Amino acid sequence: MTTTTIDARGSYCPGPLLELIAGLKLIEIGDEIEVWSSDMGSVKDIPEWVAKVGHEMGETVEQDGYWSLRIRKSK
Amino acid sequence: MSKRILIVGGGLAGTITANGLCRQLGGALGKGEVSITMLGNTDQHMYQPGLLYIPFGAMRETELFRDQRKVLDRRVNFLLDPATNIDVDGNKVECQSGKSISYDYLVIATGSRIVPEEIPGMAEGAHWFYDLDGARKMRNALAEFDGGKIVVNVNAPHKCPVAPLEISFMLHHHLAKRGLADKTEITYTYPIGRLHALEPVAHWTSAEFDKFGIKSETFFNAKSVDPAAKTIESEEGSTLPYDLLVTIPPHRGAEVIEASDLGAGGWVPTDRYSLNREGSTNVFVVGDTTNIPISKAGSTAHYEADTLVDNLASLVLEGRTARPYDGKVFCFVETGMDTGTYVWFNYETPPNPGPPSKMIHWSKLAYNRLYWLSARGLL
Repeated sequence: MTTTTIDARGSYCPGPLLELIAGLKLIEIGDEIEVWSSDMGSVKDIPEWVAKVGHEMGETVEQDGYWSLRIRKSK
Repeated sequence: MSKRILIVGGGLAGTITANGLCRQLGGALGKGEVSITMLGNTDQHMYQPGLLYIPFGAMRETELFRDQRKVLDRRVNFLLDPATNIDVDGNKVECQSGKSISYDYLVIATGSRIVPEEIPGMAEGAHWFYDLDGARKMRNALAEFDGGKIVVNVNAPHKCPVAPLEISFMLHHHLAKRGLADKTEITYTYPIGRLHALEPVAHWTSAEFDKFGIKSETFFNAKSVDPAAKTIESEEGSTLPYDLLVTIPPHRGAEVIEASDLGAGGWVPTDRYSLNREGSTNVFVVGDTTNIPISKAGSTAHYEADTLVDNLASLVLEGRTARPYDGKVFCFVETGMDTGTYVWFNYETPPNPGPPSKMIHWSKLAYNRLYWLSARGLL
């Protein structure tokens, strides 16, 4: 299992969720992505999309001025 | 000893960089202290944003192309010889011809490409305008279209993030002029839970779509297309029927990036401020090729290239860089066939699109011509 970090802090376009969607296409099932987002909306919209598609949401941690969200590719 | 600058890629980012460097390094070039070489895949330079107009017959194909050598400053040594391997440890690039070209400074500007084949059925069942062949086919399909369901499907990642909105508005207005608006239902799909990545643009789009009766479905990432049944299915479990499917296909970076093990998906890990390839001090990345989390767009490539020109020229002449890239992006947005708006933002400033106007539309039409001055580094 490998973890890829996507530093999407300060990203207005395409933004953290679109970066995540693109990033998931490049990893294997079982691998993880850690998204860094400075947009508080990511705390809501990333888990919402992850649940809708059927990937696995890991922990969300508030860091100094941003959030770190961990997602495991499940399909 | 002469400093050798090698630019891989002859699209907008590579071309602005090459021409800008010629202007700033003119003296050193004249004395033979610096050389600039570009490796390109084609001898024709294409104005890619013009592809949007091809399906509607609003631009001629010949308007999209210029001879690459004529767009480039004559001091650039242009080689029509695609790179096949980029060796950043050995400071050299291998080419299709078998040549190996060494450099002191490397600029990677290899761009992006559409990969509709990565979604089953998409290449067979969908139309797009992101390359010339696709735009021609879409023009033909649109000419034959006499009403029905149109799905405008957006996939991630993709370049020119406002183009999906533009094509939706333009389709509506084009079909309305042909008297087909009442017989047509346009549904726009987007990968995340709103209509555009930029929240203010998404809000604005929602109101505009309501005005024109354009429907939408969010959280829609294409999983497959069934060309026989004329349906598109999403990863999220939704299926939409279509008579005409217009897709913004997913993108990847250039094959040479992956072949050279420089970045997953063809995107090179890049410092968002210095534009250095991560881990290299003499390798820079501009345009779509970076993995910087900002729009892959012509304007991004332009502003990055402007920054890189200043930095690389300063590095060569003074041994220091000039300024960081601030993340600036500026995009015109066509909101129909005769109105437009624009958005701009950077790493610190969020976008805030204004109301559409004819004046902004005309500005975009003017830019469609002025582009060639941009590419030459004059605008």
